[in-house]
Amino acid sequence: MQELASSHTISVLVDNEPGILARVVGLFSGRGYNIESLTVAQTDAKANLSRITIVTSGTPMVIEQIKAQLDRLVPVHRVRDLTVEGPHIERELALVKVKGTGDKRVEALRLADVFRAKVIDAKTDSFVFEVTGNSDKVQTFVGLMETLGLVEIGRTGIVAMSRGAEQL
Amino acid sequence: MKPEESATTGADLLVKALIDEEVEVVFGYPGGAVLPIYDSIFKQNRLRHILVRHEQAAVHAAEGYARSTGKVGVVLVTSGPGATNAVTGLTDALMDSIPIVCLTGQVPTHLIGNDAFQEADTTGITRPCTKHNYLVKAVGDLARTVHEAFYVARSGRPGPIVIDLPKDVLMNKHDYEAPKKPVQHKSYRPQTKPDPKKIEQAVEMIARAKRPIFYAGGGIINSGPKASKLLTQFVHMTGYPITNTLMGLGAFPASDKQFLGMLGMHGTYEANLAMHGCDVMINIGARFDDRITGNLSKFSPGSKKIHVDIDPSSINKNVRVDLPIVGDATLVLEEMIKVWKAKQPKTDQKALKAWWAEIETWRARNCLAYKSEKGTIKPQYALERLYHHIKDKDHYITTEVGQHQMWAAQFLKFEQPNRWMTSGGLGTMGYGFPAAMGVQIAHPDALVIDVAGEASILMNIQELSTVAQYRLPVKIFILNNQYMGMVRQWQELLHGSRYSESYMESLPDFVKLAEAFGAKGLRCHEPEKLDDTIKEMIALKHPVVVDVIVDQKENCFPMIPSGAAHNDMLLGPDDKAQKPVSEEGMVLV
Repeated sequence: MQELASSHTISVLVDNEPGILARVVGLFSGRGYNIESLTVAQTDAKANLSRITIVTSGTPMVIEQIKAQLDRLVPVHRVRDLTVEGPHIERELALVKVKGTGDKRVEALRLADVFRAKVIDAKTDSFVFEVTGNSDKVQTFVGLMETLGLVEIGRTGIVAMSRGAEQL
Repeated sequence: MKPEESATTGADLLVKALIDEEVEVVFGYPGGAVLPIYDSIFKQNRLRHILVRHEQAAVHAAEGYARSTGKVGVVLVTSGPGATNAVTGLTDALMDSIPIVCLTGQVPTHLIGNDAFQEADTTGITRPCTKHNYLVKAVGDLARTVHEAFYVARSGRPGPIVIDLPKDVLMNKHDYEAPKKPVQHKSYRPQTKPDPKKIEQAVEMIARAKRPIFYAGGGIINSGPKASKLLTQFVHMTGYPITNTLMGLGAFPASDKQFLGMLGMHGTYEANLAMHGCDVMINIGARFDDRITGNLSKFSPGSKKIHVDIDPSSINKNVRVDLPIVGDATLVLEEMIKVWKAKQPKTDQKALKAWWAEIETWRARNCLAYKSEKGTIKPQYALERLYHHIKDKDHYITTEVGQHQMWAAQFLKFEQPNRWMTSGGLGTMGYGFPAAMGVQIAHPDALVIDVAGEASILMNIQELSTVAQYRLPVKIFILNNQYMGMVRQWQELLHGSRYSESYMESLPDFVKLAEAFGAKGLRCHEPEKLDDTIKEMIALKHPVVVDVIVDQKENCFPMIPSGAAHNDMLLGPDDKAQKPVSEEGMVLV
């Protein structure tokens, strides 16, 4: 029986030290796993910890391997699969540059309002929007902008957290 | 007092830290970036340095030392080429879970990234081939890093650690920091104690088995000699059959009636068929490697599997198991024995009797039998005779990689752990001879033999110079068939006997070669003279190279062809061509 691949969001708490990202990324490339999205930043300056959020996909056996392999890295403190460990929330931020004048410009601004995207740069012939939400929402917004003069996109990738009081 | 006056240089700190970690021997090769360390070594006499002739050999020697003693092997090499030459050894140690600390020199911190002379991105290069690595950027971190490295190398699933040491860090001064015991690492905490509930479940499964088999691997050896004792005790308590992996040979006494021999690609017929037909498989410290399982989809289809491993990532990696137990083999076996004794379970004697009867019919096939030919030394015969002469002596065996390695695994019998050093995971030709040096350093009075092929031995032959320098009486027992035998065997099996580049022309005269290095060389062509040659080799208290000219065409059987299942074994040369190797099998290595 072929097991189906599914997408998982994994949070990893690591020591913020040189090479840690290379260790994590090297593990994925070396063992042939996918990275769909990766975000990393320091989250605890005092304890010098960073939080890495990885979206990856694979069969249940592969996902189990990915978690075990991550946990095996010496500077890794904790690995949590948010997808299987109860409800969680995911957010992504995108900067979307749109060029245009006239009706298209008005329409872009109107849609931005619907998506609660903020205008963070404006020229007479362009906008940069900041849009936040889950990946679907960001993707939908980007899709709409394509017909309205989309120039470029920058996306952060997903950050995620479990719902409720529990700590990673 | 100013700190500079009280403090010591990084190099001196390093040596002090090594001594505090109970290091007695370092295998290494000097160079510009590590000169301060060599100066510190020169000024003391607690730490012994063994000068190898190639950095790869330094790591293999440290592996041999580690595997035969249970201690951490230590390597010291310079920056750039010193470090890159060590990479094969590090990868080998990673694959076989051997605890190694490898100290690499590095250009001074202000030159890192400048493409300086003998600079390499050592931490970058060694990241995927070490358990962990460090770049020490300040002398204040040095002692702590060394202590941490030893802890990480030897705890949990052991493995190689690299510490990259920029030259300025070795020259700068700082106070020494002694190791803290017990170590409390902030993030690395391997699970050694098993879950008691799972032990209960396991004992229940084991007790109810009708066709059980124990399948034990290198994890038993790594856990220490006590694990082998406990394993033997537990297997005797149950009366069940047991097979060992290549890495696990010696974990259970080979002469014991319950031992079915090695399993896997060149394992015994009885071990592989018992694995295929069992109803409960008890894997302790083995990892369902592809050399063991053969075709995964046909691997032991009817069994419930218990898997004991200290590394959670080994569990459910290749084979889905029914009862995973994370823990150290010694602790797991202790608990299992305790629970077994408390419960005094009644095993199904009738079913077990039938199971053993079936196993005995497989055993009766005598799968390791070979055809003798008059006037020719069969490699198997050479090893049988070798074993006959060494079995009552305190001996250690290492091997290179290839046919001779498999024959050694089949024909030499290991009664104790830590006596058998071979490159299992990586399959590194050139491993055996330097590993034997490391073993001999650790056990100066023991008989240490590298069973070699004429191709493999040439890969680290320069170490003859090392054994000469330290008067290490290592014996190199070459089964010389003038072919890369295993390559030739596969070409015969899979590529229409087109022996592309697998014949060794212009081989050296091994006897003269040995003599050139100040060792003793012996050669043997005739079966009748083999015993005398072996006796002479053993009697000599020098390094000896024995060139045994064996049958060129002999192949290693039994064999599970790639892509086949355990019950699809080839038992001998006449057994082939029942089924051509599948296309799927052809792509496998």
